[in-house]
This record gives sequence, C-alpha cells and structure tokens, in this order.
Amino acid sequence: MLEVSGITQIFGGVTALDSVSFAVHKGDITGVIGPNGAGKTTLFNIITGIYRQTAGTVTLEGNDITGLPPEKLARRAMVRTFQNIELFGGMTVHENVMVGMHTKSRSGLLACSLKMPWSISEERRIREGALQWLAFTGISDLADHAAGGLPFGKGRLLEIARALAVEPRIILMDEPAAGLNSQETLALSLLIKRIRDLGITVVLVEHDMELVMDICDRIVVLNLGRKLAEGTPREIQENPEVISAYLGDDD
Amino acid sequence: MKRDLLLFACFLLFIMSAPQFFAGGYLMNVLVFVGINTMLAIALNLLLGYAGQISLGHAGFFGMGAYLSGIMTTTYSLNPWIAMPVAAVVVGCLAGLIGLPILKLKGHYLAMATLGLGIILFIVFNETVDLTGGPSGLSGIPNIEFAGIVFDSDVKNYYLIWGVTLVVMLFSLNLASSRIGRALRAVHDSEVAAQVLGVNARILKVQIFALSAVISSLAGSLYAHTMTFISPASFGFNFSIELLTMVVIGGLGSIYGSFLGAALLTLLPEFLRGANDYDIIIYGALLMVMVMYMPGGLVRGFPDLFRKIFKKKAESGHA
Amino acid sequence: MQFDQILQYTLSGLSTGAIYALIGIGFSIIYNATGIINFAQGEFVMLGGLLTLSCLELLQLPLWAAIPCSVAVATVVGVLFERLAIRPLRQPTPINLVIITIGGSILIRGLAMLVWGKDTHAIPPFSGDDPIAIGGATILPQHLWILAITLIIIVVNKIYFYHTISGKAMRACSYNRRAAGLVGIDVKRMVLFSFIISSAMGAIAGIIVAPLTMTAYDVGVMLGLKGFCAAIIGGMSSGISTVVGGLILGVLESLGAGLISSGYKDAIAFIILLLLLFIRPQGLFGKADSERV
Repeated sequence: MLEVSGITQIFGGVTALDSVSFAVHKGDITGVIGPNGAGKTTLFNIITGIYRQTAGTVTLEGNDITGLPPEKLARRAMVRTFQNIELFGGMTVHENVMVGMHTKSRSGLLACSLKMPWSISEERRIREGALQWLAFTGISDLADHAAGGLPFGKGRLLEIARALAVEPRIILMDEPAAGLNSQETLALSLLIKRIRDLGITVVLVEHDMELVMDICDRIVVLNLGRKLAEGTPREIQENPEVISAYLGDDD
Repeated sequence: MKRDLLLFACFLLFIMSAPQFFAGGYLMNVLVFVGINTMLAIALNLLLGYAGQISLGHAGFFGMGAYLSGIMTTTYSLNPWIAMPVAAVVVGCLAGLIGLPILKLKGHYLAMATLGLGIILFIVFNETVDLTGGPSGLSGIPNIEFAGIVFDSDVKNYYLIWGVTLVVMLFSLNLASSRIGRALRAVHDSEVAAQVLGVNARILKVQIFALSAVISSLAGSLYAHTMTFISPASFGFNFSIELLTMVVIGGLGSIYGSFLGAALLTLLPEFLRGANDYDIIIYGALLMVMVMYMPGGLVRGFPDLFRKIFKKKAESGHA
Repeated sequence: MQFDQILQYTLSGLSTGAIYALIGIGFSIIYNATGIINFAQGEFVMLGGLLTLSCLELLQLPLWAAIPCSVAVATVVGVLFERLAIRPLRQPTPINLVIITIGGSILIRGLAMLVWGKDTHAIPPFSGDDPIAIGGATILPQHLWILAITLIIIVVNKIYFYHTISGKAMRACSYNRRAAGLVGIDVKRMVLFSFIISSAMGAIAGIIVAPLTMTAYDVGVMLGLKGFCAAIIGGMSSGISTVVGGLILGVLESLGAGLISSGYKDAIAFIILLLLLFIRPQGLFGKADSERV
C-alpha cells in the first residue's frame, strides 16, 4: 500500500531522519512509535507532502508520490490528521466535514455563483454525505455547533470525520490519543478499528503504548532518526533494542 | 435556504422602492455611489473576508476598469456593451497573472505588494497622458444605452447600477454558501488542513483574486459610464483604504455587511458636509475602533451588543 | 556632460537614499521586535518635519533646540500609538495589525492636516544653501548634513544593539520572542522601546530631509513606503543591508527620474518592491528563510 524507502531529512546540518524504510500493508493498522525526538512527526510531514525530504522516495499503491503537495495526495486517497487538531474554527462542525468532500465535488467558481441545477444537487449530496460521517464518529448532535468552541476530544473526532469524508484508502493520524482522557482513548481505539473495517489502511504515530499494542497489526520503531525495529506488537515488546531505547540505558 | 431567499427578496424590495422616496433629490446621486461602492466592497470582501487575503490595491483595478472602458468608448468609439466585458477580461487576466506570485506572500508582505501595485497603476493613470488625459482626466465618456433607453439621469442610473449590484450580490451570496466559499473559509482558518483535504489553496486564492478584480473592473466601467468623466484622483491609495474601511466596518465575510459598510461610508460625508476634508480622520478612527472593539463588524457587532445589554439587564433583574 | 549628469544624479540619490535607509531601519526595528509592519512609520517622518516647523516659527526656538524638541514630541506620539492601539489589540492577527496601523496612520495624517493645514511648508536649510562643487557636479550643504547625520545614527544604532544590555535584549526578542520572554526579558517593554527608537529615527529623517524637499501633512505616505522598500531590499535587517538597500533605491530613483522620466520616479521604487517580493522576498543579501514570508 504505502512504501517509504531511504527517507533522509537534514535540517541545517542536523540529521532528523536517516535512511528510514518500511512498508505498510493494505488493510493494516500500522503504528509508528519512538521516544521524543525520534523523527516520527517529521516522517509524517514528509509522507504527506508538507516537508520536502533531503533524500528518499515514497510510493503509494505502486505510484511514486515523492514530493507531491498535500492537495494532490488527497486526490490519491491519502489523508492525514494533525497532532494539534487543525479545525476550521470559524465554521460549524457540519461545514468542517463538508470541506472534507471537496475532492468529491466538481462545481467551479461560475457554476457555484450561478447556482446551476447540478451544483445544487451536488451541494445536497455533500450535505447528506457529511452527516453520515458525523454519525460514524458519533458527533451528529454537534452538527450545528461552531467548530472553534468544541472540547478537545470532540475536536479530535471531528478532525477524523472530516478526513474520512475525503473517502481515503489510507489515513495517517498524528498522535490521535494525545490530550484525550482514558475513556476517550478507549472510544478512539474502537473507532480506529471500525475505520480499518471499512477497508481503510491506518497509520498512526502514537505515544500511548497501551493503545498501540492493543490495536496495531504492525509496529515500526524509530529512535534518533533511524528505524530501530519493525514487527508485530508481540515482537516489538520482546525486542531488547526497543526496550533499551525506551528505558534509555544506552546513555 | 428559504430564509436566505426571503432576506434577499426583502433587500431587493427595499432597494427597488428607494427611488420612490428620494427621486429628484441630490440624495439619488449619492445612492448611485452607494451601489458602486457596495459592488467594490463585496469584491474586496470576497478576498479579505472569505479567503483571508488582504489587498490595498483594489482602487487600481477599479481605475483600470474605468479607464479601459472610458478609452475604448471615447478614443476608439466602441459600444460600452463591448468595452465593459473586454475591460473586465483584461483586468481579470492581469490580476490572475500578478496573483500567481503575489498570493504566495502572506499578511504584511501581501499588503505591501498589493499597495505597491495600486500605486503603480495610479502613476500610470497620471502619466500616460495620451491615453488617459493625465491628471486633468478623461471626459465625454458615453452613457450606457439599452433597448432605446439612455441611462443619463440619476434615477435611470440608480436602476442600472443597483440592477448590476444586486446580481453581483446574489452571485456572491451563492458563491459564499457553496463548496468554493467553504473552501475559501477553510483556507482562511487553516491553510494546511484545507490542503490536506484536497483544496488547492493556491489556485483558489488566485481565482478569487481575479474574480474580485473583475467585479472591481465592472464597477469601474459602470462608474465611468454613469459619471461620463473620470480622473486619477478617484482611484488613488486613499480610495483603497476607504474600501478596506467599508469592508471592516460592515463585517469581514458578510455580503450584507459590505452593503452596510459601503452605505455608511458613502452617506457619512454627506451628513458631515462642513467637515468635508476631515472625513479621513473619521475613517482612521473608525478603522481602529472597529478592529479593537468590534472585530466582527457592524453585522455581527450590533446583535452581540444587544445580547450583552439584554443579558446584563436580565442578570440585574434577577439580583 | 553625460558623466557629470550621472554623477549629479548619483550624489543627490545618495542623500535621498540615506533618508530611505533611516525610515527602513525604523520599519525593521519594529518588525524584528514585534512581527508588525508599522504602516504608520511614514507619519513619524512627516511629524518630524512639521513639528520642527512649528518649533521654529511658533515657538521661535533656534534650530539646535527645535530639533530635539520635535523628535521628543514625535516619540511621545509613537509611545501613545503603541500603548493605545497596538497593545490593547485582542486578536493580533497579521490582518488586524495591518488594519490598525493603517487606521493609526490615517488618523495621525488627518490630525496633522487639522493642525498644519494642507499647504506645503519649507524649513530653512541647516547651514545655508551655497552649492558645493564636486567634480562636475554640485551638492548642497544640506546633502552633507543628511549623510553625516545618517552615518551618526547608524553608528549609534550599532553601538546600542551590540554593546548595551537593552539593545542585546531587543536582538534576543527578534530571534525568538518566546525564548527571550523565558529568560526574563520584558518583551512588552522591548516592543515599546522599538516604537520609541523607530519613531525617533523617523522624525529625524523627516527633519533633515525637510529643507530639501519641503514638507506637508501627506509626505509620510510615499516616504514610508519607500523606506519599507529599502527594508525589503535589505531583507528587513536593522543594520547595514537596509542602509545599502536605501542607497541603492535612492540612486536608482534619482537616475531613473533624471534619465528616463520624472513622472515615473515614484513607480521605480514600487516596481523594485514588487519584483523583489516576487523573486527574492528574503531581500537582496539574505539567505532563504521560509519562516519570514
């Protein structure tokens, strides 16, 4: 599904990522873990076209997508969420999700301002489609609330609903459990499993070990910009290098 | 949806009945300007209020529309109905071309770049004397003719200008509530999140910049044909600022707000006749006060204010 | 003949360039300390000239006393502006800051129109107007004053920023405001300082240029914009690159006006501004810095 090979990122002489390679299999939930500063978010930003890497390639479903801007990636059914949720605060919850259906609609500037019949029916389809995703993530009751005033946990759900509205085949989540309480985290893990059950491949960067070990099919461990290990949750838990990296006894 | 239509119908009725009360008076002429300024404020608001991109050079596009239309109809004796769309297309293309590099800039830099553009255009209006007549202006621009009617009186012009303004308003209202309007507001709130969802922020910004310029150009052409005389003084930096003030006072991201702002700022000097040169002080003060105390503009500020007062009364009533 | 002409234009361009440089440094100082482009910067230039006029004519002060007086008053206006407009702003987004400084600029200009009227005023040159011959060209004593005062201000500026505690604190703010706050620098005070310094510099620029170009309530707009242009050429630095930017701009403008057309003189600065913003927004001498734009 998604393959990264030899990704290297150098920021002003500091090597943030050093030749990282791994593959994500279709239909899996893959976790990327590692101590702070391991380069997880940088890696995500490179895959999703926000940074341009120093070297290496990214392929999606066999196509080279290296260096494509985020809006092109969305059209190739890849979408992401952010660690510090990036909502459209001035819009309602419902409208936020409707923006997610941007690539699924076509009316241009002129058709929209003239309210052509097809753009009206398209608008109706967007409106109803967005409601489905709100229902899927369980925030239908908030549809008309301002997104800017949502509590953090709900905002996270909204961001996921909005990403799903793009109808992705792969979704990358940057620390989806950050800032959630234990109850919300539990609900999140169920939601992520349901997303996978829709046939969507999930990749997540996460700090919450319990969540990662519970839901991931495969795990990639990064440390200091290098890939330390890769395998099933059980393999990772038993890997001595991973244990030492996390306990920090190599210092 | 229904409510939006009803609101627009009421507004239409209000605008169309106005001449019944003011016809013949001097105010009629001012109301024509309210129409032109509303069109311009809406154009700027689409860019500033929806897409979040500032422009301090819109008077330049307004002027280009006016001069292109004026020159084509006087020097080259073209029909205004040909000159106006040609002017709009030329201005739209120019804005698109300039917009490509300009809209990569953010915030302050964008403000300065558009300001520079406006001033360059202003200098061109003044210096290309052979074409524009220079500082002494361009006169003898023909009135618009339609179905045998020559639009040469204030009342006729009122219906002409407001007819077009209402169409522009309806277009903009439609656009604002469409997927494009949503995408624009999304870019405003978080450009990166909008891009991740597949919104091509750059193209969208250029498109809206060009559309905004086209509307301004159209307003300029209509201005030229109703006034029959134009001079560079109407298209300077101060007018760009006046437009900005209208948009900010009315309310960023509100089409009806743009009408309010334009109406207020066009009528205000008429009521402050004696202080005619000093209206600029009032603009300055208004801009500052609005940004500080009513960042949502009149359209949102007044309801909020009422709510606050009402709430306070209710609270004191309980105590 | 041709060479003398070019020399003449270059010399007069250098002195206007020095003025642009002073204004540009004022822009940069505020920008670096606060991230604000102060659209009202040009108004302090205007205030400097007109206040000096009032000190000379109304108060009958000698020139050596009129200059510090008017700089002081202009600086007070700068402080008031920061206190009353910038600091209370609840949502300091870039657009709101642009609008508020534009509002302030219009307000100051309008008030100046109330006080001094719409006429153009002249201020006597500091030391006569007997031309001095240099090669085949001539310059006025005022040109020398401008260059000398600019040089002094730049040197004082350098000493302040590199050799005093508050100057160093201000540089720290320009690198990273949050970090500067964390190590105990009073960032708000530094913002105020930056307004004080740049309004004083603007006023001085306005005073020394007034005898050459005359002054009026609306001279601030153009001078301010050209100062900004100098700062952009210099990559918003508060040091020597902005000075060079100002000099380049002044000379190009003067040559363009003399050799091509004086009507387009003002357009030259803005064409340079636009080209730079399109191609090298980091300035002529700066390294690419994606954060700044």
